[in-house]
Amino acid sequence: MPVISFDAVRKVYPLPGGDVVALDGVDLAIEKGEFVLIMGPSGSGKSTLLNIMGSLDVPTSGEVTIAGKKISRMSDDELTLLRRDHIGFVFQQFNLIPLLTVVENVEYPLILKGRQNGARKRAEEVLRAVELAETHFTHKPNELSGGQQQRVAIARALVNDPDFLLCDEPTGNLDSKTGTAIMVLLTRMNREEGKTVVMVTHDPRMTKYADRTIQLIDGRVVE
Amino acid sequence: MTFFDLARRNVTRHWLRSTLAVVGVVIGVLAIASLGIMGTSIGLMLDDMISDVGDTVIVSPAMGVSGGKLTERQVSDITRAVGSNAVVPYSYTFEKISVGDKESAVMLYAIPAEDIPSLLEVKSGGYPKDTGAGCLIGSNLAANSKENGLKLGSRVRIGDEYLRVVGVLEERGLALDISPDDAIVVPYTWYSSHYDEEDYDQVIVKVRDVDDIDAVKASIEQKLNRREEVVSVSDSRQFLESITSATSSIAVFLAGIGAISLLVAGVSILNVMLMSVTERTKEIGILRSIGTRRGEVMRMFIYEALILGLAGSLIGGALSFCAGFLLTAVFAGNSAYLFNPASLLYIAFGMGFGVFTSVASGLYPAWKAAQLNPIQALRHE
Repeated sequence: MPVISFDAVRKVYPLPGGDVVALDGVDLAIEKGEFVLIMGPSGSGKSTLLNIMGSLDVPTSGEVTIAGKKISRMSDDELTLLRRDHIGFVFQQFNLIPLLTVVENVEYPLILKGRQNGARKRAEEVLRAVELAETHFTHKPNELSGGQQQRVAIARALVNDPDFLLCDEPTGNLDSKTGTAIMVLLTRMNREEGKTVVMVTHDPRMTKYADRTIQLIDGRVVE
Repeated sequence: MTFFDLARRNVTRHWLRSTLAVVGVVIGVLAIASLGIMGTSIGLMLDDMISDVGDTVIVSPAMGVSGGKLTERQVSDITRAVGSNAVVPYSYTFEKISVGDKESAVMLYAIPAEDIPSLLEVKSGGYPKDTGAGCLIGSNLAANSKENGLKLGSRVRIGDEYLRVVGVLEERGLALDISPDDAIVVPYTWYSSHYDEEDYDQVIVKVRDVDDIDAVKASIEQKLNRREEVVSVSDSRQFLESITSATSSIAVFLAGIGAISLLVAGVSILNVMLMSVTERTKEIGILRSIGTRRGEVMRMFIYEALILGLAGSLIGGALSFCAGFLLTAVFAGNSAYLFNPASLLYIAFGMGFGVFTSVASGLYPAWKAAQLNPIQALRHE
């Protein structure tokens, strides 16, 4: 069974100047263990697709199944729990919580899940897996470099052992060397840990890391 | 790390802003508690001043009755109406007195000499005789007039007659019937001949059994007011009740003023939290996107308001205690008023109200934070 499947998904934003069709009948399926790239020019519906995959939004029509669950009629809380338990987000801007130390940032999703015992240990374990130096664990995010912050973000995404990682331009704010290191890390998570990775990007150089690429133009998938 | 912990850190992130919000709560709590304590102390102070006169019925001429006096006949009617209970008629006037060459003005009570011992106690000296020109002075008057030479044994001139001070009264306090602490008491016979006056201003009935008060009042009313209202009859319980209700409304009124200042503090918390929600929109978006539910976001913000409220109330409570001590010790002259349950209750009430106002002010910002759309919040810079 696919980790993510879209079935005739349409997303329409009703605006005063007329409806905007962001997704126009998208069908796709992402299998467990795949590394999939989603590409397309701006305005092609990439962000909308990403939001729906991340269960931050629901389709206007059609059905989306994430981790075996249909999301169209889910309540806000159900969608939130789906994000918490099944999806690992990695953002372009890292989006760490400035108030928390590195290790607390990674611990946070575990605490949301109600896990208190061993949360710290698990967080440290994942931070080591993303190759962050132990001396940085108790620093605040803004004391780290961009590449280090992105490693922390990846650790946070992985800590609840999600069904897939959803990455939005994860190298967009990094120089090419650091970006490559992050891509190597994501590839390793995919190859060695069997993590499903879905990545939205502009960058055609990323295709070499992926198993396949989904091209999006004007809200439709172009194979 | 818990939501409470997170909220605590958020509060400390903007020290100045949080401190100002806390100061608002402190002032509010302080205002409620100290004004409440002040009101309570006024009440307690009055209670202490009022001597226990629960057994007294006062008969005065009814409003609008010509002359405004009680005649000898009316007094004997009252005496018959109340049976074996003691009846003390008296008059009072305000008079200029001189001791040596010093003049002053005092209240003068005229009571039949044989009734004085049943009503008043002397601290030193004795009681005046009906026929003699003796008088009694109140305890405050005695204490305040030493340098004027007004003391036991001194001669007091009223008009062109002289009275000798034969006794100093025990302190009696504020009472419904007579308050002789700052007054002079003379035998009625002397008063009657000096002023050429036969009638009385009021009649005190000392009721031996407090349960009889209503019966005694009814009996007097029936005897004297049968055809028309010539006397008005009141008892000290009414007087005490009206004082108690007056002082408790003073306390409530003062605490109400304090409550207004707490509402202002609430508005400042509301303002601080709304600012905080706007500033942290992106952060809320992050929290929501990685799986924080609406209720949890809401809880986090309510905890922040709670922390501000708790800090303000605790500091305010402690300061209220100090302020209450100052108020009662300096102004009321008796710090024991602070430890009265009614006073302490105002501190507790102020603190409780402080926490409540803070949390209530945090509700809307918390709700607003929880309702943010995670996608839009994430895009917010």
